Amino acid sequence: MAELTIEARGLVKRFGRRTALDGLDLAVEPGQVVAVLGPNGAGKTTFVRAVATLLRLDGGTLRVAGFDVRREPEEVRRAIGLAGQYASVEPAMTGRENLEMVARLYGQPARTARAGAAGVLERFGLAGDADRLVRTYSGGMRRKLDLGASLVSTPRLLLLDEPTTGLDPRSRIELWDAIDGLVEHGTDVLLTTQYLDEAERLAGHIVIIDHGRAVASGPPAELKRRVGGNVLEVHVRDRADLAAVAAALVRPGHAAPQVDEATRRVSVGAGDGDAVGGLLAGLRAVEDAGVELTGISVRQPGLEEVFLALTGQDEVDGMPGARGKAMR
Amino acid sequence: MTSVAAAGRRRAGLATGTVLVAKRAVLTFLRTPQLVIVGTVQLVGFLVTFRYVFGGAFGTSRGLPYVDFAVPGFIAAGVPFTLIGTAVVMAEDLRRGFVDRLRSLPFPSAAVLTGRVLADSVVLTWSLAIATLVGFAIGFRLHGSIPQGLAAFGLCLVFGLAFSWVFITLGLIAGNGQAAQGMAMLVFPLTFGSSAYVPVETMPGWLRAFADNQPVTWMANAVRALTLGDRAQDFLGHSAAYYVTYSLIWAAGIMIVFSALAVARFRRS
Repeated sequence: MAELTIEARGLVKRFGRRTALDGLDLAVEPGQVVAVLGPNGAGKTTFVRAVATLLRLDGGTLRVAGFDVRREPEEVRRAIGLAGQYASVEPAMTGRENLEMVARLYGQPARTARAGAAGVLERFGLAGDADRLVRTYSGGMRRKLDLGASLVSTPRLLLLDEPTTGLDPRSRIELWDAIDGLVEHGTDVLLTTQYLDEAERLAGHIVIIDHGRAVASGPPAELKRRVGGNVLEVHVRDRADLAAVAAALVRPGHAAPQVDEATRRVSVGAGDGDAVGGLLAGLRAVEDAGVELTGISVRQPGLEEVFLALTGQDEVDGMPGARGKAMR
Repeated sequence: MTSVAAAGRRRAGLATGTVLVAKRAVLTFLRTPQLVIVGTVQLVGFLVTFRYVFGGAFGTSRGLPYVDFAVPGFIAAGVPFTLIGTAVVMAEDLRRGFVDRLRSLPFPSAAVLTGRVLADSVVLTWSLAIATLVGFAIGFRLHGSIPQGLAAFGLCLVFGLAFSWVFITLGLIAGNGQAAQGMAMLVFPLTFGSSAYVPVETMPGWLRAFADNQPVTWMANAVRALTLGDRAQDFLGHSAAYYVTYSLIWAAGIMIVFSALAVARFRRS
């Protein structure tokens, strides 16, 4: 088997009394785009910082591109590019100056750095703004430049910590396209995100982590299948009708519908195909009995639902009312 | 610039890293008009205020015009004032993830700190030069030789190296720019509770005890002694060499302690 791009075994990291990584195991194979998905505080950023040699682990072994992060940090740094959720570029320098500085710090001679920076600017559509100060850039442009800075040395592994957090939808899509481009160039990518749609859009493999441990991993489709496919969501006008609607949506052998009193909403796993028809028939029956439905929608499961289904927890980050039960 | 080939591949060494990091810091300074203009105006305003507003009240002491007393002290005490910004920038770089970006690159991380120190020296040279020019413009005169005057200027840059490490350490501890700014206010007791602006003999006993035993007094006296030439012995009680030696010992001590603290903190963060 080829050498793994990332091989993490039993990683432990404590900050004072808080345990950020609690025996995390994770492997990234060459040619993979892996998304690390989890709520705030799950240990995503800590893991990325560990891979980037930015912190000392309290336990476990971590090899990146075949090098041990503890013993050979410089070799690891040569193999990686890091782009963070805080666009870490210098606002008082131009886009070009930023990229040239990073290229020089990778050890490139001035001429190579200039050519490389120009190439990256071109590739990310920033050539026209290359000589403007970064403080005049939009958020999306900054993020692209930040991504570009991690690519001036054509790293083997790109680390993206919440690459689109805080971006507007359009910039988000542009950045996704830019990341797709990298993958075509053969860079392995490890990204962290709180959004299932982002993980699904970009990654071929998802690792869900919580409380510093990997709780599930697999291709997006497989993970979603384990939740029970799509989610049917029904809104009612009168709170008193919630129970009747929930009863109509019960499917024997599947997870019970979840009721959210505050938003007057009932949701239930709807499987992939046939189940939706049966559920709708049930709804028609309650409607005939005089219940007024204000909205019916079928959507993909959110991170909360995947998370609940896979961890069996009652609450994620203070999300009340959701009862967790694995649906396999 | 040095780039050494390591294992057949190029690598940015400590010197290259330091210069690149410093270049970015100096560019940031030059391209932030608030820093350049406000810093300069503040400096000039301060000097002019002391010379003309307070100067009259202070009069002369032991035959020395206040302007000749105050300008050297003012310039020496201006060193820590000028470098307050270092604490703020360091804290913000850390918070914004800029330091993470730099540390994830394959060059010696120490250059993140040494580059900052180098940039501080550049900025300090600029601001000391302005203070010196303004000093001459408002009537300050060198009583010693020109080499002594240049030595005084160089001495200030050495003090700058020491204070640079102090503010880097504060910046690394602070967590954000505002907190760093707050911590950097320690320069007020250090500069005002010293011989920089007024003779310590005029202070009450407890304050004088503090003033006599802290670095800014030694630094101000060293710079003053060098600019007074032959009058130093009469006015200050000791030769210029005496004050220079003690102020250098203080500077070296501060540099050793705070560079160790900064490096330890930087590694841990």
